[in-house]
Amino acid sequence: MDIIVCVKHVPDTAEAELKIDASGKAVDKAGLVYDINEWDDYALEEAVRIKEKQGGTVTAITIGSEDSDSTLRKCLARGADKAIRLTDPKFAGSDSYATAKILHSVIKTMHYDLILAGLQAGDDGATAVGPILAEMLGIPHATMVKKLELATGTAKVNRELEGGLEEQIEVKLPALLAVSTGINEPRYVSIMGIRKAMQKEIKIMTLADTGLTEAEVGEQGSWTRIEKLYVPPAEKQAEPVTGTPDEIAAKIVDLLRSRGLI
Amino acid sequence: MAKLFVLAEHRQGQLRDITFEMLTKGREIAEKTGTELTAVILGSNVKEHAKALAEYAQAVILVEDPRLENFNSEAYKKVLQALIAAHKPLLIMMGHTSYGVELAPRLAAALSIPLATDLIDLAFEADQLTATRQMYGGKVNVKTVVRKAETYIATIRTATFTPQKPSPPANGQILETPSPLTEDIAEKRFLQYVLPPPGGVDITAAEKLVGVGRGIKDQANMPLMEELAKTLGAVLACSRPIVDKGWLPTDRQVGSSGKTVKPKLYLALGISGAFQHVLGMKSSDLIIAVNKDPKAPIFSFADYAVVEDLFKIVLPLKNKVNEAKAQKT
Ligand SMILES: Cc1cc2nc3c(=O)[nH]c(=O)nc-3n(C[C@H](O)[C@H](O)[C@H](O)COP(=O)(O)OP(=O)(O)OC[C@H]3O[C@@H](n4cnc5c(N)ncnc54)[C@H](O)[C@@H]3O)c2cc1C
Ligand SMILES: Nc1ncnc2c1ncn2[C@@H]1O[C@H](COP(=O)(O)O)[C@@H](O)[C@H]1O
Repeated sequence: MDIIVCVKHVPDTAEAELKIDASGKAVDKAGLVYDINEWDDYALEEAVRIKEKQGGTVTAITIGSEDSDSTLRKCLARGADKAIRLTDPKFAGSDSYATAKILHSVIKTMHYDLILAGLQAGDDGATAVGPILAEMLGIPHATMVKKLELATGTAKVNRELEGGLEEQIEVKLPALLAVSTGINEPRYVSIMGIRKAMQKEIKIMTLADTGLTEAEVGEQGSWTRIEKLYVPPAEKQAEPVTGTPDEIAAKIVDLLRSRGLI
Repeated sequence: MAKLFVLAEHRQGQLRDITFEMLTKGREIAEKTGTELTAVILGSNVKEHAKALAEYAQAVILVEDPRLENFNSEAYKKVLQALIAAHKPLLIMMGHTSYGVELAPRLAAALSIPLATDLIDLAFEADQLTATRQMYGGKVNVKTVVRKAETYIATIRTATFTPQKPSPPANGQILETPSPLTEDIAEKRFLQYVLPPPGGVDITAAEKLVGVGRGIKDQANMPLMEELAKTLGAVLACSRPIVDKGWLPTDRQVGSSGKTVKPKLYLALGISGAFQHVLGMKSSDLIIAVNKDPKAPIFSFADYAVVEDLFKIVLPLKNKVNEAKAQKT
């Protein structure tokens, strides 16, 4: 089974201090640490597990600048056979629609039985690339995939609905599946593994290789254009509890006691 | 009159809240744009739903077909393609839910209609759709302008707009429309609903919850969190990554894909406060959040903010609670 996995190299922002840059349209990326998008990590793992079970190939594909090579190397170290990076200054400003067009331009020339993507890109993602790409390729898709069982020509898929409920559906292969976190447990890669993967080739492609025009990609080729970023207004103002750890603990205890909670 | 479509969402015989949230926001946009607020409901035996929708919308388009009994994005796509071609609505709103996320991008791509997703606000400004959503786990809001078009598709974040029934009720006309589906959808089939495994612990019944998030860093720290919870007489709950990693069972997860809780105390430790989590706990009586990042979104939902390394707080807190309990007896 030949599997293509779409991966994105994204900044980890959970603990980082984000600053909106001078343009007001992006966050200042300086100092941010990048890694594979959380959802794509699960997609890649799922692909490698399928390959280990039934043979075939796994190709990781990304659109991104040279830094994204570290995410592709991680994929190669984890068991991907090939890696493709699509890169061009003209791709900047692409929304999910333009992103899907770029991915489509290359994937349509490749052989695949299954395409895996993440449900969403955790940075500026729109939860949209997967289904758009599937429509362009003319193949069925499913998102929020929590469980996957392959049979001949079909996949049985559990999609997560709200509140813990799931639905089981069946899609014909080839299909595109956008996975949720928790579908598996991504394996750990050793430094050795990553070093070994350094020898594997990453195929680089640019706008010229896609057959797309400049107007079809980037901001021009997108449905949405960023006007401005701003810090969300607080829903309520939390009261700060300050002091040494012991003082903070004592204040919390007072608070709980006053409410009869201890 | 041009139409504004709101796609009604229903499952297992129930209209879902997001439908009424969208109809409320949709009414405001329809008034401003001079469009007719039109609820669209696809299903099988859903006339009762159509009646409920008519109280909110000026018109209800009802398409019934046994093939629409359970949600299927391909079936929905085909029906909506036909309805869009017939009515050329200005805007189609659907929920940013497990259904909307499956359907909207694919429908948009099929018809080359611009799409904006997961919106917390939207408006037509000088004839152009502007759409607001969040990025970076809720740390930043972004206002985007959507490319000019005749029709737009937008998915709306749940629990963002408060539903309000118009008074008097809109009393919209129900337009029964024949299903354009001519055959079964072979490439994608609904099989069954799968219920979550029966839980050992019911976090929704707990008076006090200690919620732990990715900030606790390592599974080795779980016993410490459990001890704190026990000392407090609380039950341990968590954000999704903790369940994804297998550190706690699914029934402990708080949030949109987990449980909604309303305890007297929610102590959040190392939880950033992503929307999907907050949705499940923001109605708690007392929320105390410990997070080392002063900009963590959780602080705009908490009553008390402790900006500190949680590992510096947990032990002193446990000790002080024990002291307080000792004094009492
Ligand atoms: C369809 C869908 C459904 C989802 N459903 C849910 C759901 O039901 N429930 C849910 O929770 N999430 C859900 N999520 C995921 C959600 O978007 C977030 O990714 C998740 O809530 C983040 O969990 P977290 O806050 O534990 O981790 P992070 O966002 O990684 O935050 C960790 C926090 O810990 C803080 N921290 C780190 N170290 C320390 C320390 N030593 N001391 C103090 N603080 C520290 C950091 O500053 C950071 O704020 C869903 C996502 C999707 C797409
Ligand atoms: N730049 C990119 N390169 C490769 N894949 C991408 C890129 N952006 C998004 N994707 C894929 O599309 C999924 C959904 O992203 P999004 O629709 O942007 O939230 C991601 O999890 C990836 O699998």
